[in-house]
This record gives sequence, structure tokens and C-alpha cells, in this order.
Amino acid sequence: MEKRVTFDGKLLPYALLLPQLLVTIIFFYWPAIQAVYQSFLIQDAFGLSTQFVWFENYTLLFSKPEYFHSLLTTLVFSSVVAFLSLSISLLLAVQADKHIKFASGYKTLLIWPYAVAPAVAGVLWLFMFQPSLGLVSQAIRTLGFEWNPLLDGNHAMALVVMAATWKQISYNFLFFLAGLQSIPKSVIEASAIDGASPLRRFWTITFPLLSPTTFYLLVVNIVYVFFDTFGIIDATTGGGPAKATETLVYKVFHDGRLGGDLGGSAAQSVILMVMVIGLTAIQFRFVEKKVQY
Amino acid sequence: MNNVQLRQVGKVYAGGVEAVRAISIDIPDGKFCVLVGPSGCGKSTLLRMVAGLETISSGEIVIGDRRVNDLDPSERDIAMVFQNYALYPHMSVYDNMAYGLRNRRTPKAEIEERVQEAARILEIGHLLDRKPRALSGGQRQRVAMGRAIVRKPRVFLFDEPLSNLDAKLRIQMRVEIKKLQRALGITSIYVTHDQLEAMTLADILVVMNKGKVEQMGPPLTLYERPATTFVAGFIGAPPMNLVPLPEGGLPGLKLAKVPGSGRLTLGIRPEHFELTAPGTGPHALDIDVTVSAIEAVGSETFLYCAVGGNGPEIIVRVAGKSEIEAGATLRAVAEAKNLHFFDDETGVRIAD
Repeated sequence: MEKRVTFDGKLLPYALLLPQLLVTIIFFYWPAIQAVYQSFLIQDAFGLSTQFVWFENYTLLFSKPEYFHSLLTTLVFSSVVAFLSLSISLLLAVQADKHIKFASGYKTLLIWPYAVAPAVAGVLWLFMFQPSLGLVSQAIRTLGFEWNPLLDGNHAMALVVMAATWKQISYNFLFFLAGLQSIPKSVIEASAIDGASPLRRFWTITFPLLSPTTFYLLVVNIVYVFFDTFGIIDATTGGGPAKATETLVYKVFHDGRLGGDLGGSAAQSVILMVMVIGLTAIQFRFVEKKVQY
Repeated sequence: MNNVQLRQVGKVYAGGVEAVRAISIDIPDGKFCVLVGPSGCGKSTLLRMVAGLETISSGEIVIGDRRVNDLDPSERDIAMVFQNYALYPHMSVYDNMAYGLRNRRTPKAEIEERVQEAARILEIGHLLDRKPRALSGGQRQRVAMGRAIVRKPRVFLFDEPLSNLDAKLRIQMRVEIKKLQRALGITSIYVTHDQLEAMTLADILVVMNKGKVEQMGPPLTLYERPATTFVAGFIGAPPMNLVPLPEGGLPGLKLAKVPGSGRLTLGIRPEHFELTAPGTGPHALDIDVTVSAIEAVGSETFLYCAVGGNGPEIIVRVAGKSEIEAGATLRAVAEAKNLHFFDDETGVRIAD
């Protein structure tokens, strides 16, 4: 006979769910609905009058080249960071997976950056690359390269890419290492006996067997770059110079908080929300099933 | 000539553990060598050293006329069947078998031909499109074999390939491996802890213990003349009875002739006893026993007996069914040619 713990009455189970539901509703659904509602409104700069305008905020947004510029910046930024952080962390994980001396110390050190808050990470990189005083900047300059992220948009982009990549490597490293360790050693040995060189072994055996991990991390990294890099950008470049590092998330903040365009900013955040929902859906759909091999 | 020679091969792990100590084995071309021993005796380590998956601390390994110590596994031209099969999970059966050939840049038409040929021999032609996870244990085992034979390597290495199969399938595959190896004539080294597998497969049987060779030779030689008590106790099921003889003799046990001097261990196989009524004799060996338990398996019956009523336990095999019941007192006798004597201290056979 099946024994199940059941609650008497209807009230208790709901009461136990209530705190979690409240948190979700107050901190997630309410702001989301607010944002959707807000995106249909136009407010004057002083917040004195509000007008319901349906989709005007959206059409206005799509008519501005700045928005597409920001979208392009985000795409470049996210693909470069995702590619770099995934490949560097995979390389590090493959090295850590070998039997090396001080492996555990090496692993611990690699995990640390993940514990650093984004804004702090941004500030650290800002200090290192600060044009006149930064240690790295001075080193670069002695090599004869005119480094100035405060003036050159490409330099600024390189700076935020480096900071964001550095921050994400730890997380990816952990997952890759776990993924590598779950590949049976004998399969790799079999491929060595089957005449595959170490490089070929990696591309024909290890990499395909890691594909579920890689796919999961790809989605997580894109979400990370889209949304969680706000702190890094705000602390290092503030979206500048000349909006060279203004990603979509930063633009939401910039237009709404600094520019006072609440409706337009809300419309942007609704678009971002749709993107996250899309990415999450992809992740659930494929990662839950695992990438089939 | 694809003979395999191990010359004084040793393995010391970091930390000083000696897994393999100065082992020398010579396997002629086309012969089947089985390494058998309890877990931790170094047999798998030795096999992996031949494969190139473990470094060689001392001595040398020669395949054909090439010293392979410093060669990568891929350069040794060997194929290995792993205990867990180690199939590539993301590849079809066909690709699993073709992988090694593709790595060696074999022409496509030849790959096709060789894979089909191997699939035909192993009767897995209908499985070629499947992924390993859609196969049963026995089928996976066949694919692992197929992956080894398509390559036509110099040497086959088997690392306990049958231990993950159920008993019935194991016997079936054992026979098939033997036939296949005979048909292909490829020098093979096979590691197992199962003495029956070892006995039935081997041309050369190597019994290992604590990183050393206890004895090697044709299986029946090891069975008939075990060099040590370890081999005597390892080969044969049930194993040889080993009775330490205390000074002044064992009550109930009478030997016509005792070789040499010093403390001895008497060895005698269960099937070499004859049962007679108490008081008959004398024979080369007479033991008065009391039957304590009976195991009847149909074709034969094993009697567990106490020497002299309360002495050490010995096993006596009787062909077919037996009328004897527990508690019976009998006399177990044996001929002189079936008696084995070992030094009680070193376990080494005393020359006869």
C-alpha cells in the first residue's frame, strides 16, 4: 500500500506556499506587469502628465538608429564574451582534468573570480586599464600602443569584454571540469589505442561528449552577457565613449533612469524580457532532453 | 612475426607501490596468453603497460621486433577490448568500428569492406546503424570485439571483457573468443580473475600474485603440477585441498611415505580421492573423515569432510549422485601420483 504524507484541510498547503508565491509575485510578476503597462504610456519629462499611447513607444524605438546600434553592440559583445569565456574555460578545464601537480589549488584559484561582484570586477579592471595610472595601461604604452579606453570605443569594448569574460570563466570552468570528469576514461583510452592523436581525440570524442554541457553553458552565458554585465559596464565605461559599449540592458537604465524616458525604457525592457523568455524556452526544450548524441 | 616479449618488466607507482615486479613472459606469434590472479595482483597494470596506457618503470616490452616502451598506444598497432567496452556513445556501431581505420586514413571502400566483414563474423550486421545505448550487454561486447578485429592489429588485448555479462552469455562468448582468436591467428593477451576462463582460453597461462608470476605454462601443466600452494589453491574448482601437516602427524591421516624433512603442506585435488569403508588399506594416503556437509550438483557431489573427526576440512568429489549422508564416517584414500607436497613455510612445491 502506498503511504503518502497528506495535509489535513486545504489551508495549510497554501499557507506554506504563500511566502514563495508572494516573493515571486511582488518581485517578478508585479514589476514585469508594471513594465508592460508602463511601455504603453508616455510621460512628460516632469512626470506631471501621462498619456496612454498603445504601441507608440515601440514604433518610436524601432525608428531610432541608436536602438539598433545598441542591439548590434550587444550582439557583438555577447558573442565575443560567450566565445572567449567558453573557449578559455574549456582550455583551462582540459588542463585541470589532466593529472597535474597542485591540481586542487589550481582549481580553487580558478573558481574565485566567480565570487567577485560584477561592479567590483569592473572597478578592478578599470584600475588596471586606467589610461594614465593603470598598471596594464602603462605596460601597454611602453610597448608603443596608444591605449585609451576613455576615448577609443574599440578599446572600451575590449576592456568590458575582458572584464566580463574573466568574470564568467570560473563558472564555465566548473561545469566543463565536471563534464570532462564524467566522460569515462576508458573511452578516451580506447580512442588513443584506435590511433587518434591527442588533438583528434579531443575533437572527435571529448568535444562531442561535452556537447550537452557546452550547449547549456552557451545559453547561460548569453543570458549572463545580456543582463548580468550591467555592473561591469556601469563601473568601467558607463556605456561610453559615445555609446560604444552601450548594451541593451545599459540602455534601459540610461534612457529610463538618466534620460527620464520611462515609457521608452519600459518598452526596451519588455523586449529584453521576451528575449530571456525565448532563451529560457530554448534551454528548457533542449537541455532538459539533453543534446542527443 | 608478432610475438610479444616482456623482459624484466616492472611498474612502480609514485609513492613507491610496486605493482609489477620484474616479469618476463614470452608469447609466440598467434598464441593466446591469459594472465590470471586475484584483484590487485598487477595483471591489469601489466596489460595496460603492453597497451601503452601505463608507463613502464623498468624492463622492456617488445612486439614483433620493435621495442615499444616509448611508443604511444596509437603507434603500437594493438587493439584492446575493455571491461566496460568503452564504446563511443555518440557514434553508431558502424562508426565505432570504422573510427580506428579512419584515424589511419584507410580508403573508404576498404573501411566499408572490413567493417562489413567484421559485422558478418560477429553477427552484428543488423545493428550497424544503432547507437551503443540501444544495444544489450552482449551486443555491446560484440561491437567492442568488432572494433578490435577490423583493425587487424598485431596484438589483441582483453581486459576482463566478459565480467559484465551474465553467466550464460559469458560461457557463450568465451567459446566465441577462443574460436575467433584461433581463426584470426592474432597474438592475444587476456586478463581475467576467473580461473575457468583462464583454463579454457589459454595456450599459455600465467598465474600472478602480488605483482609477480607464480607459475606459467600450459593450463593443464599448472593444474597437474602446481608450483606453489597459491597456484594449487587458485586453479581448479573447487580448488586443491591443502592440509598443513603438523610435526608428529595429523590424527586420522596416514601417509605411506613423506618426502624430505621439515614442515610440509599436503595437497590433493577433490577428484583424486576414493572413498572406502573405514579400516581398509593401507594406501599411499589414508584419511579417516567425518562428513559434515554435502553439495549435490547433479553430475557430481562434493562432500565436506573433517579429517579425523574434528581436524581441518577437506573436500571430496564423488561422480554422479551419492548415497552418503552427513555424519557418516568414511576412509578417503588416494594414490601416490596424485599427492602434492609443498614446503609449509614458503609454499613452494617439493621436487618429486
